[in-house]
Amino acid sequence: MEHVRSFFAGERKDDHNTIGVSEQRTDIDGHVTGRTRYYADRQFPGMLHLKMVRSPFHHARILSIDTTAAEKMPGVRAVLTHRDVPANIYTILKLIQVEPDDEPVLAEGKVRFKGEAVVAVVAETEAEARAAVEKVEVEYQELDPVLDVEEALKPGAPLVNEYHGHNYFTYEGHHCRRVRHGDVEKGFAAADFVLDERYESGPIEHAPVETTGCIVAPEANGRLVCHSNTQALFFTLDNSALILKVPFQKLRLVGGTVGGGFGGKVDVIVEPIAMIAAMRTGRPVKFAYTREEEMQVSSPRAAERIYIKDGVMNDGRIVARQIRLYVDAGAYSRHSPYGTTKAAAHMPGPYTIPNVHVDCHCVYTNRTPSSAMRGFGVTIGDFALEVQMDKIARRIGMDPMELRILNAYRDGDMKAHGKETSGAALVEVVQAAAKLAGWPLSDKALAASSVKREGT
Amino acid sequence: MVRIPVTFTVNGAEEGQFVEPGALLVDVLRDRLGLTATKTGCGQGTCGACSVIIDGELKLSCLIPAGRVTGASIETLEGLAAGGAPHVLQKAFAKGFAAQCGFCTPGMIMAAKALLDRNPDPGRGEVVEAISGNICRCTGYEPIINAVLAAAADLRAAKSA
Amino acid sequence: MALDLTRVDSASRAAAMLAGDPTARFLAGGTLLVHEAGSGAGEIHRFVLSDGLGFDRIERNAGKVTIGAAVTMAKVAADPALAFLKPVADSIGGPAIRNVATIGGNLFAPAPYGDFAVALLALGATVAVETAAGEKSVDLEAFLKARSGHRAGLVRSVTFDQPADGAFRFRKVIRKHPRGAAVLAIAAVLPATGGKLTGVRVAYGAMAPTAIRANAVEKALEGKALDAAAIDAAVKVATEGTKPATDAQATDWYRRQVLPVHLRRLLAG
Repeated sequence: MEHVRSFFAGERKDDHNTIGVSEQRTDIDGHVTGRTRYYADRQFPGMLHLKMVRSPFHHARILSIDTTAAEKMPGVRAVLTHRDVPANIYTILKLIQVEPDDEPVLAEGKVRFKGEAVVAVVAETEAEARAAVEKVEVEYQELDPVLDVEEALKPGAPLVNEYHGHNYFTYEGHHCRRVRHGDVEKGFAAADFVLDERYESGPIEHAPVETTGCIVAPEANGRLVCHSNTQALFFTLDNSALILKVPFQKLRLVGGTVGGGFGGKVDVIVEPIAMIAAMRTGRPVKFAYTREEEMQVSSPRAAERIYIKDGVMNDGRIVARQIRLYVDAGAYSRHSPYGTTKAAAHMPGPYTIPNVHVDCHCVYTNRTPSSAMRGFGVTIGDFALEVQMDKIARRIGMDPMELRILNAYRDGDMKAHGKETSGAALVEVVQAAAKLAGWPLSDKALAASSVKREGT
Repeated sequence: MVRIPVTFTVNGAEEGQFVEPGALLVDVLRDRLGLTATKTGCGQGTCGACSVIIDGELKLSCLIPAGRVTGASIETLEGLAAGGAPHVLQKAFAKGFAAQCGFCTPGMIMAAKALLDRNPDPGRGEVVEAISGNICRCTGYEPIINAVLAAAADLRAAKSA
Repeated sequence: MALDLTRVDSASRAAAMLAGDPTARFLAGGTLLVHEAGSGAGEIHRFVLSDGLGFDRIERNAGKVTIGAAVTMAKVAADPALAFLKPVADSIGGPAIRNVATIGGNLFAPAPYGDFAVALLALGATVAVETAAGEKSVDLEAFLKARSGHRAGLVRSVTFDQPADGAFRFRKVIRKHPRGAAVLAIAAVLPATGGKLTGVRVAYGAMAPTAIRANAVEKALEGKALDAAAIDAAVKVATEGTKPATDAQATDWYRRQVLPVHLRRLLAG
């Protein structure tokens, strides 16, 4: 592998000595011997198993919950409903002022997605917990669901999440994240042609080989220790303390080894209810997702729908870009309001475009709540942006790499967000990639530079 | 609940347990014998994380009722390092970055061992076939395939030395 | 309620037990039933084990092949005299699955699984079933239509005529490589006498709830030479009688779209 030192040589010292050196991973000896400890690789005498009663409907009112038959089942030690949760409504990012609280630990009055947790059954064995789950009686009144982001924003659409009052997250009084720069209508009018396209992605499940889970055990000093495979120990600690209404120091979170996360284990979902179960029974409690729950109930990457309308000159300059982007948050916020903000910050891509108009909506639907996954908020947007660039290149018969170089930010260019570009390097990356791939570039493209736009 | 006695050897050691007939072998290995290298990933036999070798054949311990292994000889990852020295496969995986989160690794190594026990000189296609029942979500499989080929080469070199 | 494992010393004892207990199942490889017992609504409480019943033999007799119900995919794949079935056996699961998955069990695998049953259907196999009233032989096609009755008896073996060299063809379309569940599977036995196809049998997998015969395709090919015109005629009626499902592998629409493409490739060799 070549370390290309010539680019931006004047901007940094050439004293890198760890790049290009191979080091063995510190954890790999544990992995290849089986000594690496995942949360479930520990023994807790007297451990109970928690299984969840889940909504079979996308959208329904809960008319009644009857746990008496389940409580009598063999091996059952506790059956928990929303009444057993000290502070039942929370939002995972409340400590960084993402509001309002909009998600229950156990459903109260309503279920908003198929698979939503309603009643927790705690028993001596998994089989006994599963059998008792079948005996919990929940009476539902089905409601019309809305399963499409644009349908959800139409007047008269079913209201998914009453804590918001409408099917979108409110950003400081606005119905979406907005970026405004120049005047796109003027830009379209002046363009040689307009390209208006729609892009779409489905929800994507991380499918880690290790499913989500935790074991909570009461400790002798009155604390709870929670062994979890969460990627976000502090999110879990903070939110659990708020949900349980206990001081933060009552909880000890032990984690660090995750059997595949990819962003799918950053929601605080299994720990709070397992903690409540441990407090109630005074015994260790394990709550592990089955593979089926991991696939359908655990959060996926949000589905997105993106409309990109570009005004383009025949020489390849993009003079106007209008973007309407919808993030399908599913029934609850989780990390989607943050992801949608990132999407807005990422548009219109690393290109200098004089007229930009971006609306990014975080939309609630009756689908499985989506959340973080590898570059969430940005990854799908990039797919749409770069396919759009390829389509432009094909339309005008221009080399797709040259099109990127032509439109790329240069240092000093004003971005659509009102910040001046500095430290841009897209031009050099394209040049280096083209060289590695043996992709011929014109002399003009090879002479381009991020530091200065040619002809200025 | 009625329990039945089962006796079998694990990694050369004789074991005896009273188990519920329907208990799964993977749970007996993990919870009774403390051999937690073998993992549960799906409980359906589709991910391979629970792979073990029984009487010389690669099998999925999440699909085997413990009552059925009486008299069997079971190998798990814990048995690979003879007298503390790492097995050639373990060294090759470590050197070749063939693990990231590590959760699929025990199953992968057992699948690779089952291959190399029968075929000391596999081609790349045979390695791919040998791990075709093991899912990895982290590495993209290439480092694993390369590690198995490297281990096979090391084993052949050691034999001819 | 806990799960019991029962070993019996005869097939008739096993059949009687299954007939008398609706919560009992016959367990061979367990690739379907063990998970079902562990995750279902508590319908399975007893496994009658295939161990020791002698269902694990492959026998040949005057051109007829009999494969015991407990013979594994690995064993079939390793048998040189069954080389024509190796691609079928090898297409199922990964090596660990093939070490335990059985020919008998595959007859009960729901779509999109059950690829070996597709091959057996094309081979015109019969199934030896042990019932409470003794042993009987059932045509595989009829067996598949009625298989949801757990108390119908237990499968001892399957029997089929060894096809002429080169007459058997198999094609399985997958999305997850190198091994995955079928988008669709096609098996065909194309015997030729004097250049004309006689006794053509074509079967599909994952194009209906069970493996099915492609009757319209068979009719289009029967008595003809396997030439471009015959292949065109067969491909034209490829999807007749199919009722594919939408599942994690493919939609019903997709299966119907690509079936003719793959049938053509199978027939053209």
